[in-house]
Amino acid sequence: MNNCQNPDNMLENIDLSLVNWSRAQFALTAMYHWIFVPLTLGLSFIIAIMESLYVRTGREEWKRITKFWMILFGINFAIGVATGIILEFEFGTNWSNYSWFVGDIFGAPLAIEGILAFFLESTFIAIMFFGWGKVSKRAHLISTWLVAFGSNLSALWILVANAWMQNPVGMRFNPDTARNEMVNFWDVLLSPFAVNKFLHTITSGYVLASIFVIGISAWYLLKNREHSLAKRSMLVAAVFGLISSVMLIFSGDGSAKQIARVQPMKFAAFEGLYEGEEGAPLITIGVLSAAPGETEAQNVKDFALKIEIPNFLSYMAFGKFDAFVPGINDLTYGNPERNILSVEEKISRGKIARESLAQLKDARDQQDMTTYNRIKEKFSDPEFTDSYFKYFGYGFLSSPESAVPNVPVAFYSFHIMVLLGFYFVLLLMLILVALYRNGIEKNRFLLRMAIWTIPLTYIASQSGWVLTEMGRQPWVIQDMLPTMAAVSHINSSSVQITFFLFAVLFTVLLIAELRIMFRQIKIGPK
Amino acid sequence: MFETFSYITLQHYWWAIVSLLGALLVFLMFVQGGQTLIYTLGRNESERGIIVNALGRKWELTFTTLVTFGGAFFASFPLFYSTSFGGAYWVWMSILFCFILQAVSYEYRSKPANTFGPLTFEIFLFINGALGTILIGVAVGTFFTGSAFSVDFNNITNVNDPVISRWQSQYRGLEAAFNVQNVLLGLSVFLLTRILGILYLINNVDNDIILARAKKSLLRNTIPFLLVFLPFVVLLLISEGFAVNPDSGMVFYESFKYLHNLLAMPPLALLFVSGIILVLFGIIKTLRTTNYFKGFWFTGAGTTLFVFSLFLLAGYNNTAYYPSSFDLQSSLTISNSSSSQYTLVAMSYVSLFVPFVIAYIVYAWRALNREKVSAEELKTNSHVY
Repeated sequence: MNNCQNPDNMLENIDLSLVNWSRAQFALTAMYHWIFVPLTLGLSFIIAIMESLYVRTGREEWKRITKFWMILFGINFAIGVATGIILEFEFGTNWSNYSWFVGDIFGAPLAIEGILAFFLESTFIAIMFFGWGKVSKRAHLISTWLVAFGSNLSALWILVANAWMQNPVGMRFNPDTARNEMVNFWDVLLSPFAVNKFLHTITSGYVLASIFVIGISAWYLLKNREHSLAKRSMLVAAVFGLISSVMLIFSGDGSAKQIARVQPMKFAAFEGLYEGEEGAPLITIGVLSAAPGETEAQNVKDFALKIEIPNFLSYMAFGKFDAFVPGINDLTYGNPERNILSVEEKISRGKIARESLAQLKDARDQQDMTTYNRIKEKFSDPEFTDSYFKYFGYGFLSSPESAVPNVPVAFYSFHIMVLLGFYFVLLLMLILVALYRNGIEKNRFLLRMAIWTIPLTYIASQSGWVLTEMGRQPWVIQDMLPTMAAVSHINSSSVQITFFLFAVLFTVLLIAELRIMFRQIKIGPK
Repeated sequence: MFETFSYITLQHYWWAIVSLLGALLVFLMFVQGGQTLIYTLGRNESERGIIVNALGRKWELTFTTLVTFGGAFFASFPLFYSTSFGGAYWVWMSILFCFILQAVSYEYRSKPANTFGPLTFEIFLFINGALGTILIGVAVGTFFTGSAFSVDFNNITNVNDPVISRWQSQYRGLEAAFNVQNVLLGLSVFLLTRILGILYLINNVDNDIILARAKKSLLRNTIPFLLVFLPFVVLLLISEGFAVNPDSGMVFYESFKYLHNLLAMPPLALLFVSGIILVLFGIIKTLRTTNYFKGFWFTGAGTTLFVFSLFLLAGYNNTAYYPSSFDLQSSLTISNSSSSQYTLVAMSYVSLFVPFVIAYIVYAWRALNREKVSAEELKTNSHVY
């Protein structure tokens, strides 16, 4: 047992460069993938609605509109697939320990995604593209809808998997196999965290796709072409987008409440709340700055500027205006009044859990079955699992401060996402009003705004994932496994090479994709 | 229903599902094989367009099967996922790069402003078809020849170095290419997918010039295929294998292990032999009969049966399917590397959907293949690669 002898040297042997490059690679590939996914999620439904209008009205114009957006859908979809395959396999290639430690739970959604969703999507996408005139109108329409359901169903499973990383439920640790094992599939699938995350993420995709359609249509109107296509597309997209944005706001609120409950540290970090308080205010706009006497970038504990809504953070977290919201300091150093354990205490409990696991192994090796059975029993004793094993992951941390995520990243990504989200709702309403008054062509400012909002939707969407993943740090699975203990046993230079290969390849493909997309928009519908 | 199954039965059931997905994947890689023949069979832009479009309507099916194969392997045998993918890093990364290149190539190949020109995307397709298939074959070859890795669950209690699965070769999986048997399997997969690609085009293309060239090419690929495939089969059957004692779980070398497995499981031997016969039947019938287009289905079914039996041979009858030559006792078996019984039961219910999936794939295939791909067909289609 060389591991426990010298606690002072803890973590010195973990190759942090490997951890950082592995994280960088996952972030790079995930963010590239996420450029394309939200558009697929939303545009598939918008196209299905347009084709339904074609089948119902029988007007060729709707068919022309449907086919035009399908071309753009196809261009985006191909690169989405290209950037997606790597993510599934990266759990194994770069996060080998993760794959074993939680693979018993995490693998299932990925497999179900393949069996139930990907085949649905890829089979019917072939009919959607190549089936015009080969299958009946009705069969074609059903295929288009199945593509939309298939792509959103695949989102469900991967988001269930991600929600589980934030809020691990429905499993039990098996000390013999040194991994967590699923004990309740429905707890994993239907956890409120997963439900909110799913709704919030897909509706964010719907809003993004709506603004994509509206922005491109706006460009046609500014260029004085394709009036019929542009206005019809705008109407479908604006209605779909506005309905989605209502769901987006509600599920966002639901997600915040879930985070407050299961990831209080992330919650405190994205509001920059260091000292917990009752009736905590919500910062709508803020600029972080270093506190007096502090210089380190990580410790920006003060605000150069902030606009607050009193008591609103307490309400957002717990539905009560006077509720206590714990701050970063409460969560790091403990707050006995509020029954909050310090990280230091959690670290020592995590170490006890780890030592028990090591003792179990020793007893097994020495065939000492009495000791083995005694320790094994502990792992099914709720007293031990809830008070000690629960903090297993903390046993890997070196200091209380290492349990705090990067506050500026969490703060800004959250606020950028939320502010832009409300702006999108406003824009969608203005577009609908202009369409209703039949004056949208004349409102050139609004049209230009719609075009420039397209990149903003991508920024908002990426910010959401930055908050989710960076805000969870140092954990890869909340409280259970820190990111640094999840990596593969590999030299960091290998990961560096693949990082740059991905960076170059994906950038090259993105350039091709954007140029093809812009050209197709310029060419317009056939 | 699945709750009544024993743990070991579920492990066998899931090994069969993973094996079936692997077998279907090799069959569907006719798309990859075909991609290496675009310039062999198509001498001008129009001919190449026909070939690319005929293959392109199926690429996503193969791709999805690969992704599902990975997902199902992860869900049912996570220790393989963490050990092999995290260990043989460069082999798997190379395979994935090949498939990333493929995913955009059909859609972008003929689109205006694609920046790099059609040839670039055709080269991407060639790389995917050649390197992708060979590497997958080489990687599966290690199921019989072993790799250098160790697995120790207790590492998780070591704060300094908590990784459970460790690869022991600095070549990170590329060392598999130094083994003759692995290379023979890699080349066999490559040539077999080319044969399947040719048969698919014969089945699905309406163009006499391409068909005539395809037939010639079929013979030219079949001879080298037999020259690498038959030695692989012989080497496999005479080689020492990795056996497991079912009571103690100890892994040991056993002479003629895979031959013993075939003899011990007659249904499997039947699959193995009938697979080979069907593969050859499809080829020979196509070569000898004029206007015969259905060879694809025989050779395809034969490929599926043979690869299915090959995977079962690696995992059934107390065999370590992912053996470690570095530390025998680290070898992965279907019982020491699987998910928990609960997860396997839950996943087994999901597997009941597989027949529905196959049914709608068959429906879509038939709906789209009613009309063969030709220059005229492409003119009337609104979506062309």
